[in-house]
Parts: sequence; C-alpha cells; structure tokens
Amino acid sequence: MTPIHLGNNSDATSTSSKSSSNHTQDRNQWPHGFLPKEQFPAFIDLLNQSFDEVIGPRVDQGAIVYDAIRSASELPHGWTDVQSPGVYRLERKSSIDDSRIDPSCEEEYFGYNVGPHSWKKYLFPPLTTLMKSKKTTDGWQMEMTAEPIRRRVLLGVRACELAAIAIQDKVFLTSGTVDPIYQTRRNHLLIIAVNCTQAASTCFCTSMNSGPECRSGFDLAMTELSDGFLVEVGSDAGQTIFESLKLRTVTTDEIDRGRTRRARAVDQITKRMNTDGIRDRLLSQLENPHWNDIASRCLSCANCTMVCPTCFCSSVDEVHELTDDEIVRQRRWDSCFNVDISHLSGGPVRDTIRSRYRQWLTHKLATWIDQFDTSGCVGCGRCITWCPVGIDLTKEVATLCEESS
Amino acid sequence: MKSKPKIAIIKFASCDGCQLTLLDAEDELLAIADAVDLAHFAEASSRLDAGPYDVAIVEGSITTEDDRLRLLRLRDECRWMVTIGACATSGGIQALRNFADHEEFIRAVYATPETIHSLATSTPIASHVRVDFELRGCPVDKSQLLEVLSSLIAGHRPRTSTESVCQPCKRKGTICVVVAQGIPCLGPITQSGCGSICPAFDRGCYGCFGPTVQPNMAGHSQGVLLPRMSERDAVNLLRGFNAAAPSFQQESVRLWQITQTRDSTR
Ligand code: SF4
Ligand code: SF4
Ligand code: SF4
Repeated sequence: MTPIHLGNNSDATSTSSKSSSNHTQDRNQWPHGFLPKEQFPAFIDLLNQSFDEVIGPRVDQGAIVYDAIRSASELPHGWTDVQSPGVYRLERKSSIDDSRIDPSCEEEYFGYNVGPHSWKKYLFPPLTTLMKSKKTTDGWQMEMTAEPIRRRVLLGVRACELAAIAIQDKVFLTSGTVDPIYQTRRNHLLIIAVNCTQAASTCFCTSMNSGPECRSGFDLAMTELSDGFLVEVGSDAGQTIFESLKLRTVTTDEIDRGRTRRARAVDQITKRMNTDGIRDRLLSQLENPHWNDIASRCLSCANCTMVCPTCFCSSVDEVHELTDDEIVRQRRWDSCFNVDISHLSGGPVRDTIRSRYRQWLTHKLATWIDQFDTSGCVGCGRCITWCPVGIDLTKEVATLCEESS
Repeated sequence: MKSKPKIAIIKFASCDGCQLTLLDAEDELLAIADAVDLAHFAEASSRLDAGPYDVAIVEGSITTEDDRLRLLRLRDECRWMVTIGACATSGGIQALRNFADHEEFIRAVYATPETIHSLATSTPIASHVRVDFELRGCPVDKSQLLEVLSSLIAGHRPRTSTESVCQPCKRKGTICVVVAQGIPCLGPITQSGCGSICPAFDRGCYGCFGPTVQPNMAGHSQGVLLPRMSERDAVNLLRGFNAAAPSFQQESVRLWQITQTRDSTR
C-alpha cells in the first residue's frame, strides 16, 4: 500500500493551501464503493497492519465503549443501546422488540448510537503528564514529556462526533493557543465515520445541525447495509486506502438502500432544541427561578461534563514523591461543577449548585458562541443519558426560555 | 519544616487499618523513615517516645472518657494534628451507636456490663480538639497518605481533591453502574480519593471517603437511591463507615423518619 498521509481531514489541521483534501464542496466527485460484509474482517486487519492502533466500538461492562480493536470479531456485532435520561441498556438486537430496529438488518456492526465514551479521550486524554523536573547539583532540570507518536484509526465516528472533534479543533488548535498534545494526536488520525441508521431517544443532532449524516471531517465514511458497506472517500488519506481496497462501484439499488437506511435515523429523532436566538434567549434568563428547581435535582457530580465530547476544562497539578526533588506536572479533566475550579482568594466564585449548573448550560449553549463562534453542543445526548438523575438539558432550556419565546 | 519532623502516630477507637496503609507503603517506608523522625508508631516499632511532637497523626474516634482526656493531652503536646480515616474524621462505623440505645448494646454484648465505661457516642477528633488537616477514607488511600507525609516534609499544605467519586470513575473509563445497571451508588455525593474502585467491579460506591463539600443529599436520594431501593435500604447504605458525617447523618435520619411516619399511619 502506498504511504498514507494523515491529518488532512479537517480545515483546522490542514497546512496546505485549499487543496482537494476537504471534500465538502465537490462531494460527489469523490469515489464511492461497495465493501461486502465478507471482506470487512480483512479491512479491519489491513487497518491494524497499517496503523499503530485501531480504536473502535466494543462491548464492555454493559455498554458499547471505544477501545483498541484488533479484529472485526471484537466489534459489537448484533448489539444495540437503548437510552433515556439517566438510563442506558445494552441489548441484543434480535432479542428486543423495538420499532427503531430495521428487521432486515439485525446483525449490524454499527447498529447502536453513542455510548459513555467519546473520542475526546484519545485527543485530550483524561490524565496526562506534561512535564518532569528534577533537582540536580546544577539546579532544576526541566524535561517536557514528548509522547511517542501513535498513528490511530478512529473507527465508527458518528456525525455528531465529527462535529465535536471540529469544535475541539477550534478550542485546541485555532482559537489562539495551540495545545501540542492535542495537535500531535490529531495530526496522526485516520477518521472512519459511520452514518447513523437509527437514533436513540436522547439524540438531537438535527436541532444542532450536526447530523445524523456525515458531511465533512472524515477520511472515509460508511453506511452499513445488510450485505455490506457503502464507502465514501473524504480526504487524500481516505483515497489511498480506498484504492488499496479495490472496491467495485456502487449500484443504484445500493445507493437507494443506503439513503433509506440513513433516513430511518432522521425519522427516529424526536428530541428537539429550539436554537433560534438561543444565545440571547438563555442569557436573558439568568435570574429565572427555574435554576433553583434544577439545583434541587442536580448533584454537581460532573458526569455530564466528563462524557461531553466538547467539554475541555482541565486542571494542572504538580505532584511530587516523598522527597521534593522530583516533580511531575500532571493535567487532568476538570469540571465547572467542581467547587474548587472557581476558587479565588477569598473563596469560590460559584459557591452553589445553581450557579454551577447555570455556568455550564449558559457556557455550552450561549457564551460558547461568543468565544468560539459555534455552539458547544452537538446534540449527542450523552449528558442526558449519563446524568445519574437524568437531567435533560433540552427540557431545562425549554422551561427556562418559555416566557420569552 | 525543613529539619526532620518528629512524628507520632497515635490511635484511638479504630481497627488500625489506616496505620496499616502506612506499613503497606513498602516501597516508600524506608524513605519515610529516613525523612522523618518516627518517635511513636506502635504498629511498627517498640520505640514509644513521649511528646512533644511536631506532628501527631491520629487514627480512631473518641468513644471513652479516658480517650477523650488522652486526646486533650496529646493536643497540648503536638504542633500539628492530622487525622486519618473515617473513624477519626467522622466517628467511623462504631458511630452506629449514635443512632441506637448504647446501654442496651452493652447489656446485649457484655457478660459484665458494669465493667464497661464507654461513652454513648463515637465522635470524630475534630469534635474535641483543633485539627489542622483531615484525611478521609476507610481506610485512607496510600497515595493520599504519602501526599500528606511528603507535604509535611516539604512544608506545604497537602493537596487532596474535593471532587466527587464520579470524576475519577469517568476518567478511568468505568461505565456508570447507576445508569447502565440500575445499581444505587453514593459516588455523586462522596468525595474522591479511593480511585473509584467499587464501580469498576460492578458495585455502587459505599461512601468510604465521606460527603463532598456541597452534597445535594435530598436530590441524590430522590434521583439515585429511591428509584432503585427502599428508604430503609437507603438508610442502611448511608449508615456505613461515615454514618455520623453530618450530611450523611441528617439524610439517613430524614429518610428514617419518612419510614416511621409511614409505618405509624398504616
Ligand atoms: S446535570 Fe446531572 S451529571 Fe451534570 S452535575 Fe448535575 S447531576 Fe451530575
Ligand atoms: S452538552 Fe450534552 S448533548 Fe450537547 S454535546 Fe455535550 S454531552 Fe452531547
Ligand atoms: S458509578 Fe457511581 S461513582 Fe461512577 S459515575 Fe456512576 S454514580 Fe458516579
């Protein structure tokens, strides 16, 4: 196989001048092909041979998580997720009676939506060592920790997740300061997206204009049919792999079936959020008594921010062993729900659950727009499912903005 | 504190598990012995020097009058006092007596109840004397304990996080047992420190590290516990190693009263 040049699946990381690597404008000029199901295991093997790591979905501890995948047999074939506020259940598609499931396609590899993990853990790791310093006879010696470069495939990235990666690209790459850890990891990714063919009750990507169809930001995108995958190229790196697969062209019947399957997802999305003028509408409700009602339910546990694919807060600690002549600087995911995060001299600025929830929601949906020219929410619904008390931000927004709308 | 601090490890009513955590720190023990002057550590050495000490590390709760007086004397003999473990910081599992008739317990357990001179309650050290730093846990976590010791040696305040158990749980990639399995969990209202061990083994958190700084106890009962267990079981879950931590105690009493009112109106 010819060498694969990575890192050109986004505008943010693209260094070349407007090349053909971003396909949004001339989407149909990129080739489409058909990958039969029988050839899919060999495709996963090929990815494993060509990259250091293939990250994809697998079943673990009662959920579909993202982890290293060494063969197609490790994928959640035939599994699905049933989600509602505060509830997630992993089910065998064949054993549940759910109108969302396409009876012609029960044994899918990608027949679920999104789980507790997000790809963010591979780009913005939960815990990272930034630097080590050592006291020597010559004074302190600092050493930046350079991570070994790992070329990764992200397999099974959904449209909302592509949108989340694009948002984190803004945060970590193009809004002023470049995060070198994120940048290195981001530049060595091959993104294989998967179009959703069903939706969870918690999904609202259509309201956030982020899905369910993958439109940009991938190297390859696939739509799963009962007998194979429609494969679409989205970048030069994707093109290289596509060529090595030697796929036959798709038939009009396959194109139609793919379109029908993708439309199923759109039809199944019932959750909505009215985003018209949401910035001003939400910010005009800062004194709404409903914040108190939310605060009586919210536990300030921070689960919502941990699972959110766009939340980016972290804190940095200097950790030392027993003696203080060797110090390690560590960064870990932090959250606006922690009292300590707003601790200034004299105490915390946001000293109540009310103020912390309000900070989270208004940042995510309103002031994020001022800061990054985009909403901080892609409508993946993770914060709804993984909130242990099932707080649903779309409902809270609707209640908060009731009067003004 | 740049010269070797003189440290005493002193126990009151406890199981010794927290001190054992220190002995468990095999790799670091020699370095500790080197960096501090361990003047009194009965678990490890027959050397039992009298005070004054720079630091007293105190394990256990106050359950007898003799211990209360011993604690007052100790406080006069040490510059800093650090309490370790659920017994010392909230009264421990033995604080279950606080919710019951202590005299009745004594009569039921001991052949000669008249020889027993214990107090009606088990109380944390800070209820009796000024404490400079409290380290939570049942038992305390080894790396947090080492953080306390290294901070004492380096002369700064120990850094222990006040975040909820949910956060290390999520950073580790553990799948929430409440959401995915419907198992009740005290994680959202419990301070981290253990590394969120139990959910990784399909168990809810037992609250070993006590309440977070601003726990929403009623919201937690309402949203996490009561949809999945009875009020009585919720009372039992809250009355564990930190039963007498004020917010856990108030909530278990509130839930208990709900069961009592319901029983009396039946
Ligand atoms: S909204 Fe839910 S997940 Fe987020 S802090 Fe509150 S209780 Fe926790
Ligand atoms: S705020 Fe919630 S729904 Fe929106 S992107 Fe974050 S986790 Fe997904
Ligand atoms: S398992 Fe318990 S500690 Fe972990 S996220 Fe869920 S509620 Fe929090």
